[in-house]
Order: sequence, then C-alpha cells, then structure tokens
Amino acid sequence: MSDKSHDPNQMTGAAMIVRALIDHGVTDIFGYPGGAVLPIYDEIFQQSEVQHILVRHEQGAGHAAEGYARSTGKPGVALVTSGPGATNMVTPLTDALMDSIPLVCISGQVPTHLIGNDAFQECDTVGITRPCTKHNWLVRDVNDLAKVLHEAFYVATSGRPGPVLVDVPKDVQFATGTYHPPRKSDVHRSYAPRVKGDATQIRKAVSLLANAKRPVIYSGGGVINSGPEATRLLRELVEVTGFPITSTLMGLGAYPASGKNWLGMLGMHGTYEANMTMHDCDVMLCVGARFDDRITGRVDAFSPSSKKIHIDIDPSSINKNIRVDVPIIGDCGNILGDILQVFKAEAKKPDIKSWWQQIAQWRARNSLYYKKSNDVILPQHAIQSLFELTRGKDTYITTEVGQHQMWAAQFYGFEEPHRWMTSGGLGTMGYGLPAAIGVQVAHPDSLVIDIAGDASVQMTMQEMSTAVQYELPIKIFILNNQYMGMVRQWQQLLHGNRLSHSYSEALPDFVKLAEAYGGVGIQVHKPGDLDGAIQEMISVKRPVLFDCRVAALENCFPMIPSGKAHNEMLLPEQANDEATAKAFAGGKALV
Amino acid sequence: MNQPASAYFIEDRHDPNETHTLAVLVQNEPGVLARVIGLFSGRGYNIESLTVSETEAQKHLSRITIVTTGTPMVIAQIKNQLDRMIPVYQVVDMTQTRRSIERELAMVKVRGQGEHRVEALRLADAFRARVIDATTESFVFEITGNTDKINQYIDLMRPLGLVEVSRTGVAAIGRGPEGM
Repeated sequence: MSDKSHDPNQMTGAAMIVRALIDHGVTDIFGYPGGAVLPIYDEIFQQSEVQHILVRHEQGAGHAAEGYARSTGKPGVALVTSGPGATNMVTPLTDALMDSIPLVCISGQVPTHLIGNDAFQECDTVGITRPCTKHNWLVRDVNDLAKVLHEAFYVATSGRPGPVLVDVPKDVQFATGTYHPPRKSDVHRSYAPRVKGDATQIRKAVSLLANAKRPVIYSGGGVINSGPEATRLLRELVEVTGFPITSTLMGLGAYPASGKNWLGMLGMHGTYEANMTMHDCDVMLCVGARFDDRITGRVDAFSPSSKKIHIDIDPSSINKNIRVDVPIIGDCGNILGDILQVFKAEAKKPDIKSWWQQIAQWRARNSLYYKKSNDVILPQHAIQSLFELTRGKDTYITTEVGQHQMWAAQFYGFEEPHRWMTSGGLGTMGYGLPAAIGVQVAHPDSLVIDIAGDASVQMTMQEMSTAVQYELPIKIFILNNQYMGMVRQWQQLLHGNRLSHSYSEALPDFVKLAEAYGGVGIQVHKPGDLDGAIQEMISVKRPVLFDCRVAALENCFPMIPSGKAHNEMLLPEQANDEATAKAFAGGKALV
Repeated sequence: MNQPASAYFIEDRHDPNETHTLAVLVQNEPGVLARVIGLFSGRGYNIESLTVSETEAQKHLSRITIVTTGTPMVIAQIKNQLDRMIPVYQVVDMTQTRRSIERELAMVKVRGQGEHRVEALRLADAFRARVIDATTESFVFEITGNTDKINQYIDLMRPLGLVEVSRTGVAAIGRGPEGM
C-alpha cells in the first residue's frame, strides 16, 4: 500500500478548488460566504495567491466578475453559497450567457446525502441554472472535481464564450482525493468548437466584397471576444477595402469612433447614417454579431436588397433571425485573417465613391442633434462633457440599462475594445455599479466610470460598500432625471402618456448616501457647473456618487419606431408630438 | 387594420411546417435529457415524440430520437441548438437523409365480447400484432411499425372496445451498411 499522505496531489475538494483557480491564472475572485462554502473560504483564508473580493449581494459578485472578464478578456470567477447564494447568481449568469462573457461560478451545495431532502439552503442549482449557463456540473465525487474544474474553464473561454457553473456539495469539499493539473483529456470529447472558416465560403465572401457597390461592415461583440488580433484585422479590413463600418452596442470600440469610416452604432437608437447604410447596402459583412431584434427592426424589411455574409463561431446564430447568403462558421479573428489574405491577393479596393457621397448626405441629417440649454443640463450634454474631459485618459466605462445607456453609446466615443461594459442582451438594470468594481479590481490605476440612471443604480447600490472596503475609486455618474427614463419614454410614445409607476418618487439624497457609505458625493444642477464638477469627480481618488440632475423629460432619439424598418427612423428634429403620435400609431406591443 | 406595432416585429411565418425525426447521440451523464428537453421547452420547439436509451454502455453513449415539427428554418435552428450543447456528439436529421427506417412499439388493450372480440383478433392478424395477454373479456396486443400504422391500428380498435394504449415513441436508424 502506498503512503498517500506525502503525495502533493492528495488534497481536499476545497483545496482543489483554490489550486485549480491558481492553475488557471486566476488572481481575483468575487464572492460571498455561507454555510455550504465554508471549507472553500477556509482554504482561501490560508493562502495569498487568489484575492477574494467580498461583495454585498451575490448578484454583485456575478456582475463584478463579468466586468472583470469584459475588461481583461480573461474569465471572471464568482464564488457563492448554496440556495439563495446560487439563485442570486441567476441574473448575472443569464446576462453573461446573452452577451457571451466567460464566467466561472463555483457554488456550494448541501452535502450529497441531503440532496433532494429540502435541506436548509438547498435548491436544485444545476436545474435552475441549466438554461442560463453554457454548461454546468454537479460534482458528487471529489475525484471528479479537478477534471470538472478544468473543463469548466475550458468551456467558459473557448468557442463562443459563456458562463459555467460548478456545484460542489459540502461533503465533497471536505473529502480528500487526487488533484491533477489541467490536461487535454479533461474536456468532453463531444465539445469541439469550430475555429477555422471554410475556404470555399471565404472565397465567395471575398468575391462579394470585391464587387460590392454599396457595402457595409456590421461588427459585434464577437470581434472583441475573439481577442486583440481580431480587432486589428477588422481595422485592417476597413482600411484595405475602404468600406463603411457600423457596430452593435456590444461591439463598440473594435473600430475606433474617431476612425473615418465609422458610421456610429446601428439599431433602434443607432445613427441615421448607420441604419440607412444597412438598409440600402448591396453587400453586408456581419462579423461576430447575431441580428438581434434591436438591430434588425422589422425583419421582413431588413436590408432588403443585400447579399449577406455572416461570420459567427456559433452555428446556431446563422439564419436564426435573418437568412444570410454566405455563412462562415468559425472564429472571427481567424476568418478575418483569411478574408484579408484572399482579398489582398486577388481583389482591389472597389470604387465606392458615390456610396460614400450618399452616406455623407445621411450624415448631414445630424441624427444625434439635441438642443443645449443654459438652464438645465441635457443628458446628452453631460455624456459629451464626460467624454471630452476623460478623452486620452485610461478610462473604462460601464453602464446600467435605459436611456443613459443609449446616450452613453451614442455620445461617448470608444477608441479601443474592452473599454465598454454594458448589459446588452439581457438589459440588466443594476449591472453597471458592480461591473465597475470588477473592472477597477482588474485595472486598479485606471479611471472606471459607471454611467448610471437614478433608477438602475439603486438596484445594486449596496456594492458601494464593497468599493469603499477595497478602496476602489469607481465613479458612479448618475444621469438623474427622477424617472425610469426609457420606461417613461415608451409610455409617452405608446401608452397615451400615462406614466404608470415610472416616476422615481422618494429618491435618496445621493450625496448623503455616498457619504453614508464612506464615499464622496457630488451634485450638480447647472450646465455651467458641470465641467468643474466632472473634473472634481475625476480627481477624487475614492468612490464617488455623482448626482447629475438632468432635464427630466428628455427622450432618446433617433429611434426606429415600433415594427418599422431601418429607413423609417424617427429623427430628433421630427420628434414633435404629432410626428411621434403618427410614427407610433396603433402600437402598444413595443417591448 | 390596427395591428399592434412592436420592436419585436411579429412576423407571420408562412412557411409550411415539416415533421422531422432527429437522432441525437449524447454522453450519458446526469441531466443530459433535461438539457435536451429544456432546450425544446425553453425555445418553444415542439416534441411530438421522444425516445431515449443508452446504446453503448462502455462508452456511456445514449441515443435520443426526437420527432419534431417546424418550418425549415426552425428545424435547422433545432439541429444547431442541439449540436452546440456540450454533451452532444452528433445530430442527424433522419428525415433529411431520406434513408432511414422508423419504428414504434405499442401495447394496446381492448375489452369486448362476441363479434367485437373476433374482429379485434382478425385485425390484429392483418396488422401482425401479437396477443401478449388475454382474459375472457380482453386482449393486450403488441404491435410494431411506423407511427402511421400504429395510429391506424389504434383507430380500428376504438369501436371494438379500446381501453388504453402505451407507446414507446419513435426509434429510427439509417439504411445501408454505414453508421451515423
């Protein structure tokens, strides 16, 4: 009989979890302790390689891990206890699934012999999180734990990234077994995402691109997920072809907002030129985006006369909403490289001068126009000022969800990927503050700003306490209009101006609230004071709640009205009462 | 017409629905069936019939046969969605290959006397259904065949005193020497 007590790979399940984190290069995790994870917390206590950030609510841990992941390209890790700890993770897991964010969640579970007995803090975690993870595991034997943990990291980060969850019963955390470092055989043989694009399809795509008269490139979050090489290749492709480029909300920053071929974001609150270009184009190259309903508007009128090329690593994204002519399945960095190679060898820059002239006419409509005021701060103006005053700084922006999010996307120019963290697919109010914490943990010396709304920010406000505890100088820039602005906008446009429960009555005093948490509160009312106040916010090296009082009834335009096509946008100067009433006539089902 | 407008444009898809039989080879691990069924319910796909059993015990492989309906675009989505699940090895559209055999087994209980009883036996003979249980006033028939044949048989039994039916759902396999 061999003596196993000296084998360094013999350890408890709890020790394996910490060891696996170290083996996967994890330096920071976000979590909240509880009965079913105490053995893991005991291991965390006895080491210093993995830093644990204690949040105030498990949802905060999830979003912080998402922010960490999005701003670094590395997986984010969250650690929660069984029962309510796990159910509180459902929102961040779903958020990460919708936006393809690599997230590894480790949850505690009641001991195996109690599973199914309605034990204290028991819930069917793998059952509950099955539809909101890319994959999940319940580990019943400590000797399976190392393999499952390694597979979890691989699944989260490979192919189309996404959240995974490993549920570990408490007795498995206590039990001793054999650990092994990551190895190839840890992964399901059935899981092999395709990376390389089909050569024939790539040739077809190049031939379409080379002969295009009215082309457009429509890029998405997939380019950012693919890594820095994909971003570089996308920029090179734009340079080589001279094509106009637009992007989804998730894809902002892959192509710089200051780039000359940039059209602005597309979709429901995208620019007029981006949407018109999409509508009238003859060849569309979609890279790492998924034809979401916020992008397409009315699907049967979506870009009716174009040939569509769709690059996506997930075959299920192909032909899901929009039928495409040339699907190419694989990693977009890889495929962009192949397309560029073939294009440079066989094609020359198409002459699309007249197309650019047409685009210039659309641009001249100035669809992001708003009227500044000397008396009251316009939210657009606030974002523009924030952008101007942080330009050139090492800045990361997160947002909550609503009007402020769309204004941030419209008016804050992103030059680089991984600088923009927003909840796109799920639209999670309360995402931005904890996400900013995650970003700041990953980038301690950078300027991290959560552009927030007064309603959203209250959903995860408790994480201010986390920011103060870890001295994370995040800036919460609240566009405070005292409404759930986007809800109110739709009630105005679609529900006869009956503002049902969208007014934020009894708002807290954000300055006092900041001070109560041990942070800094700043409030500004007048446009003339705005720049100075923003400067002050930037210079403070502590968490700040910035209460920016903005025009209460400003709405977000341009907008593709309900059930309309890209070429039927409502522009700000047209958005008087009569035109608005007409554009939204009969419609209440806007969601 | 005052059609409600929506950002989720509600498109009437006029493509006709098709019925497809999908064979899905999966790793036989806890929860795998729940994943597959959850996909169908979560995304609003139909399941007409579902059959599942371990087929290669040493390799821990199970085979799930699903009969589903949808437009060609939806059927393609179902296949892609299944295929991207981690424990799924392979998805084969048995209908698209047009070279597959489908079989279902049903046990059909009929209660009756006199002429009805004789008629039930005669029809069983014509459909090659076997009697696997009998009392003086009932039979249990076992019948295998494709879904249509079994439906037809059950319809015929109805006026003859049909009591209950238990069906396995469809199993399918490709013709010829090749595996899937």
